Amino acid sequence: MSELITKTAAELASAIASGAVSAVEVAQAHLDRIAEVDGRVHAFLHVDTEGALAAAKAVDSRRAAGERLGALAGVPLGLKDVMCMEGIPTTCGSKMLEGWRPPYDATVTRRLKDAGVVILGKTNMDEFAMGSSTEHSAYGPTRNPWDLERIPGGSGGGSSACLAAYEAPLAIGTDTGGSIRQPAAVTGTVGVKPTYGAVSRYGLIALASSLDQAGPCARNVLDTALLHSVIAGHDPHDSTSLTDAVPDVVAAAGTRDLTGMRIGVVKELGGEGYQAGVRQRFDEAVAALTSLGAEIVEVSCPHFDYALAAYYLILPSECSSNLAKFDGMRYGLRVGDDGESSVEQVMGRTRAAGFGEEVTRRIILGTYALSAGYYDAFYGSAQKIRTLIQRDFNDAFAKVDVLVSPTAPTTAFKLGEKLDDPLAMYLNDIATIPANLAGTPGMSIPIGLAPEDNLPVGLQIMAPARADERMYAVGGALEAALLAQWGAPILSKAVAL
Amino acid sequence: MTTMNSPALMPYDDVIAQFDPVMGLEVHVELNTKTKMFCGCATEFGAAPNTQVCPVCLGLPGALPALNRKGVEGAIRIGLALNCEIAQWCRFARKNYFYPDMPKNFQTSQYDEPIAFNGWLDVPVETDEGVQVFRVEIERAHMEEDTGKTSHLGGATGRIQGADYSVVDYNRAGIPLIEIVTKPIVGAGKNAPAVARAYVSMLRDLLRALDVSDVRMDQGSLRCDANVSLRASADSPFGTRTETKNVNSLRSIEKAIRYEMQRQAAVLAGGGQVTQETRHWHEDTNLTTSGRSKEEAEDYRYFPEPDLVPIAPSREWVEQLRATLPEPPAARRARLQEQWGVNDTEMDSIINAGAVDLVVATIAAGADHTAARKWWLGELARTANDQGVDLADLAITPADIVDVERLIAAGTINDKLAREVIAGILAGEGTAEQVVARRGLQIVGDDSALLAAIEQAIAEQPDVAEKIRGGKVAAAGAVVGAVMKATRGQADAAKVRALLLAHLGVEDA
Ligand SMILES: [Zn+2]
Repeated sequence: MSELITKTAAELASAIASGAVSAVEVAQAHLDRIAEVDGRVHAFLHVDTEGALAAAKAVDSRRAAGERLGALAGVPLGLKDVMCMEGIPTTCGSKMLEGWRPPYDATVTRRLKDAGVVILGKTNMDEFAMGSSTEHSAYGPTRNPWDLERIPGGSGGGSSACLAAYEAPLAIGTDTGGSIRQPAAVTGTVGVKPTYGAVSRYGLIALASSLDQAGPCARNVLDTALLHSVIAGHDPHDSTSLTDAVPDVVAAAGTRDLTGMRIGVVKELGGEGYQAGVRQRFDEAVAALTSLGAEIVEVSCPHFDYALAAYYLILPSECSSNLAKFDGMRYGLRVGDDGESSVEQVMGRTRAAGFGEEVTRRIILGTYALSAGYYDAFYGSAQKIRTLIQRDFNDAFAKVDVLVSPTAPTTAFKLGEKLDDPLAMYLNDIATIPANLAGTPGMSIPIGLAPEDNLPVGLQIMAPARADERMYAVGGALEAALLAQWGAPILSKAVAL
Repeated sequence: MTTMNSPALMPYDDVIAQFDPVMGLEVHVELNTKTKMFCGCATEFGAAPNTQVCPVCLGLPGALPALNRKGVEGAIRIGLALNCEIAQWCRFARKNYFYPDMPKNFQTSQYDEPIAFNGWLDVPVETDEGVQVFRVEIERAHMEEDTGKTSHLGGATGRIQGADYSVVDYNRAGIPLIEIVTKPIVGAGKNAPAVARAYVSMLRDLLRALDVSDVRMDQGSLRCDANVSLRASADSPFGTRTETKNVNSLRSIEKAIRYEMQRQAAVLAGGGQVTQETRHWHEDTNLTTSGRSKEEAEDYRYFPEPDLVPIAPSREWVEQLRATLPEPPAARRARLQEQWGVNDTEMDSIINAGAVDLVVATIAAGADHTAARKWWLGELARTANDQGVDLADLAITPADIVDVERLIAAGTINDKLAREVIAGILAGEGTAEQVVARRGLQIVGDDSALLAAIEQAIAEQPDVAEKIRGGKVAAAGAVVGAVMKATRGQADAAKVRALLLAHLGVEDA
């Protein structure tokens, strides 16, 4: 095992820029690691060996030509398979798109390429990003590097697992209800869902348009900040993209003192239903924040109790419409076109065969919720709750600078444990969903291992919309304090693969 | 094609005696923006299939719409020209249904928040009692995207039944459409079909004047659906309506509504009930056939489009756009009548012929107004009528008329030859000059050729020539006529006469 794979993205970038190591060596070390462990982890659906080495070689040539390289030039990355990449299979974890190669790059993909980031391949995910365990991938589950019998979170389990397994130092995730943050929490990695609109959704295959947000994943706060700076910023191809300047999240990640910072602990997130070890580590982290100079305040967000219910009406409604395009007519799977059948029959057969159970369940739910006569009771009411949750956030942020909570109620559970119980599965996202409904940013960082199972626990930091830098400040300071306590990064405690 | 039993129709006068018609008209207008509503693709009509497409208008996974401001501008200008209020804030909505010509299987449209609403249009309608102005109230004008176009190939009829396969051209998908919906049109009585036709005709003129659309019904850039219902009297509640689709000419609008009134009246008089359904108008057979009934009607599951931000046109922008509107029709009529020096009846006939804009354009291109009116209302109106097409759709432009007039003024052709030149232009033989050259229509200007013809005519009518020599100048007409006949009208009659008299040594009286 090459020591290159345990380096941070920042370290790799500076070593490449100085010529201490070539980008091709770095890429090859990670490709070797994938070849070594991914048969067991299954973080990747597609590895683009040729493309990755070519991109690395291009970075080396630019350096040799004396060009100034970007902050992450030559650093390898795993791209969630929900993000379009020209000419590279993009399946969204579904049979429906098996073999489909997009004719265009997503804006995020384009920005990564422009920055010289080396895309190793596409990471596994729950089908169309629906799930919290990556067990709903049509291509088989991803396994948690901490314990291969456990889930790596979802929907972006491939992106979190590839970090924890040292297959890549960086990854892109997308977060509709917690799909970046919950996988980060259960794998001992860092994941950030930026403010809605901060990162372009163009080329991100939509689950729920008003909730989806792409974001950076890495093994530490600074690396996520560097990646955030590469992918964020206005995009005219996405009407909901913010026009604001990207906040200086890299500078914020260097914060070490939280004096004057007011931090709210959300009363509704952390009581009943949360694992004892999760609560214990959370309380200790809050104490650490106090010793960093922060003032801790308990804050109530009463409508968070309705967030899950509202989410499971809004998300299925939007996804029932977003996924309508997968009908076998223009691309992807086509089933039952025997020359005799009608268009409707072929569409029906294709969708029945191409979508998995969870996707079908949510399409049916959403179709029902939007139907004439039910719209007001379901979709309409859910939108009202959404407004109330936004109001809860506004009220809270009038009192404090950021909010904190456990990221997920439990540590990583066993594969298959919740597969037959959708409601138990949905509860994994109970703490992360409010930020998606409000469009506010959220980050998860590791805060230790739960004593009862020795598995990672994550802390969620939530900031007001367009104030993403505050999460990086709190996350950066807490991470440094915990690292000083532990003496080594949390991942060093994982059993070697 | 299966044979259709022609349903019973009630004579029109009986329909009017027994029922009161109510109409609603939905007009779809394709805007003439250079690019599509939500992407940068071109909108050229008639391009090779699927050459004006991109990930957005093909609805590829991951693609997102980006709003074309010119499309919103067109919608607001149309709303203002229809005397509508313009929304302070509105959203797009998704209309969900599965159909292969819809790339996303939803259409980005507007639902309960149209960009423009509550307007009206005053429409002059020709009735037995003369021209009457009828106010059509506008419910709303909203923005949406067009769908692709499906063709069914391999069958005899071009319909889906019997076709071997179907192909879809997505060039049209995403072209901006404005849907203009009237409030129920009541009180038109026996003039209902004429009111509908006049409304669409007026709307078309208005849209052309706004320069927001090509408004070509034959190319589908203006499409009309007509809702029709009957009730016992003006005090009765509305009856069950049908929606007739595919009505793609002004003439068809009038015919289809008249037909639907007669058909529904026969159903009601026979004790039956009108079925709420869509019906299809058949241009060839002049009848409507049953389409989808209400029971089968789709639930479109509208909800606000989350991929687009709300539109909040500033009042400043709306006022700027208002300032770009063309003159209101009534004011324009008064001004033109004054300029052209025509009376009410003459102006009505110009309007009814659909010639106002054409005459204006012809004058602007350099003709005088008498000549412009003469051609459009005379020769060309007759031709349009014979061919059953609208004046504006004839294959001749105002610039062509100006060319013809210029040739007359130069003495190259006379009035009679000009008619032949126009026939040539209409037949697609090229410009006025090209038609003159190809058909050899110049007035014979060569004196020696004319003199030869004159001598020939004198030789054939020696007695007449004698009379002229004896001072009976009036007899010259017979010889001139013979020369004109011999030169197939290509001579200048006045010149022939002068040459003849000179030749015979007689002075003109
Ligand atoms: Zn396009």
